[in-house]
Amino acid sequence: MTKLKEVAQLIRSKNAGPFTLTFDFMFDRFEDYRRVRDSGAISRQVFSRLYGTPEKDVEIYSVDAARGIKVTIPRPIIQGDLKDSDMWGCQLFGPLVDIEIPD
Amino acid sequence: MKDEIKILAATGMLGTGYLESSLERGLSWNPDFIGCDAGSTDGGPAYLGSGKCGYSKEAIKYDLRLALSGARKKRIPLLIGSAGSAGGDMNLAWTVEIAKEIAREEGLHFNMAVIHSEQDKEYLKKKLAEGKIRSLKPAQPLDEKIIDRSEHIVGMMGAEPFIRALEQGAEVVIAGRSSDTSIYAAIPIQRGFSPGPVWHAAKILECGAACVTQRSRADSMFARIGQGYFVVEPPNPEFACTPVSVAAHTFYETANPIHLYEPSGMMDTSLADYRAESERAVRVSGSKFVPAEKYTIKLESVEKAGYRSITVAFVRDPILIDQIDEWLERFVQKVKQRTSEMFGNRLANEDYFFNIRVGGRNAVLGDNEPFKDKVPHELTLIFEVTAPTQEIASAIMASAGHMGLHLSIPHWKGLTSNFAVPYSPREIGLGTTYRFNMNHVVEPADPNEMFPIEMVNV
Repeated sequence: MTKLKEVAQLIRSKNAGPFTLTFDFMFDRFEDYRRVRDSGAISRQVFSRLYGTPEKDVEIYSVDAARGIKVTIPRPIIQGDLKDSDMWGCQLFGPLVDIEIPD
Repeated sequence: MKDEIKILAATGMLGTGYLESSLERGLSWNPDFIGCDAGSTDGGPAYLGSGKCGYSKEAIKYDLRLALSGARKKRIPLLIGSAGSAGGDMNLAWTVEIAKEIAREEGLHFNMAVIHSEQDKEYLKKKLAEGKIRSLKPAQPLDEKIIDRSEHIVGMMGAEPFIRALEQGAEVVIAGRSSDTSIYAAIPIQRGFSPGPVWHAAKILECGAACVTQRSRADSMFARIGQGYFVVEPPNPEFACTPVSVAAHTFYETANPIHLYEPSGMMDTSLADYRAESERAVRVSGSKFVPAEKYTIKLESVEKAGYRSITVAFVRDPILIDQIDEWLERFVQKVKQRTSEMFGNRLANEDYFFNIRVGGRNAVLGDNEPFKDKVPHELTLIFEVTAPTQEIASAIMASAGHMGLHLSIPHWKGLTSNFAVPYSPREIGLGTTYRFNMNHVVEPADPNEMFPIEMVNV
């Protein structure tokens, strides 16, 4: 098993507007990108479990030219609401770095 | 029509800086215009709510002076969008004053268009009644009450108001809330370039140097658009764009990296082809643009959530850290009791919000934290009160801070003092707190009707 942080060149989260949260997984090597994309490790189920998002609201995209995978979910708490802890949404990716990619 | 149009993006966000040498180098490549984005919702609802900019006057003035002087020297237009962080009328007026001040100091004269984006509540209510406002996911339906309690509402303009301002003779355009890409798409569209490469190039340009392989500082960006392609190249010789770095930029702060929505339609990058033109420049072709059936303007709006006061404290006592959850629960009860003693029936429990953020323990992810029960050696506590007035928020916070400092810790006997507090005063008033309250689009009868233009002779 390999952890996602060992193969991704960048894992980040960020707002896409005040109501949407987006996660990017960028890869230096095309093989790593393809391996993670095809492994199914980045899945609706994983995001539903980690962020409490209904599976039907998890969107997953992959772009070969960018060697990148994107996951977009409704923000768990609207940006800037009283209980929001992360105005930019930029630290919410934390638990994803340890996702395991099957060999 | 010329074969190519050349564009210089001063920087990704006005006020975050760029190298004068990068701007100069970009200007030496003879751009047809300079653009710069000056806003975003990224900093949260406060900037639209208060009408204040997220950057200082000094920062904005430095960036605007270089761009304005460069544009006037070359006799090319300068387009600024989303002025003053949020693009509301106060944000816009503040930016316009800075532009005028620079013009006076530098002896510059120009025709300036000021494009307003703040929305009239009666207009929106009419649109709502006509069924011309629709919710985006995820949002509740809009009603008149939400419109009424909004502090400021802006519409995010497309390219059309910029084009109209230029047609009216503007040499400098300072616009309220604009889609980041419209700033860069307006002139190429006006001059007849095909919309696919135009919108895609605009998306790459709007973040300045963010699309290079390793951005070490905020800086300028340059693009040439031709029929069916564009080429992007950073003016800073230390930066380089690669096909992957440019392709990857459609990921940044977007929900969908393949289909990106604008007021007039959808950019489709699914067939885009990225090729290195040199070691630093990338040529992109195959970008498409699909016009929308209905032209829509996105609304951004905020309402007051109350007034806030906070106290920041660290905890290093291992005994307290071991029982922090129970201790904080007891503390919250004490704060509620004390507040009700102080205010009696003048303040109900639900009129204020007392919250504790525990740094070192689930502060970022809350209940979603997988390492919820991990015990660190120190904690950061941020106490916050949101209440109907600043006085009430500050009063509750000041009392709470003192009570928490000395609230007993089972195990220790005698008077304990529980917090390492880094600031005096301990109670910090944050002023008005706002919340976003709309995620909706309007169908205007015309792309310009929501964005009146004021021409100013500077």
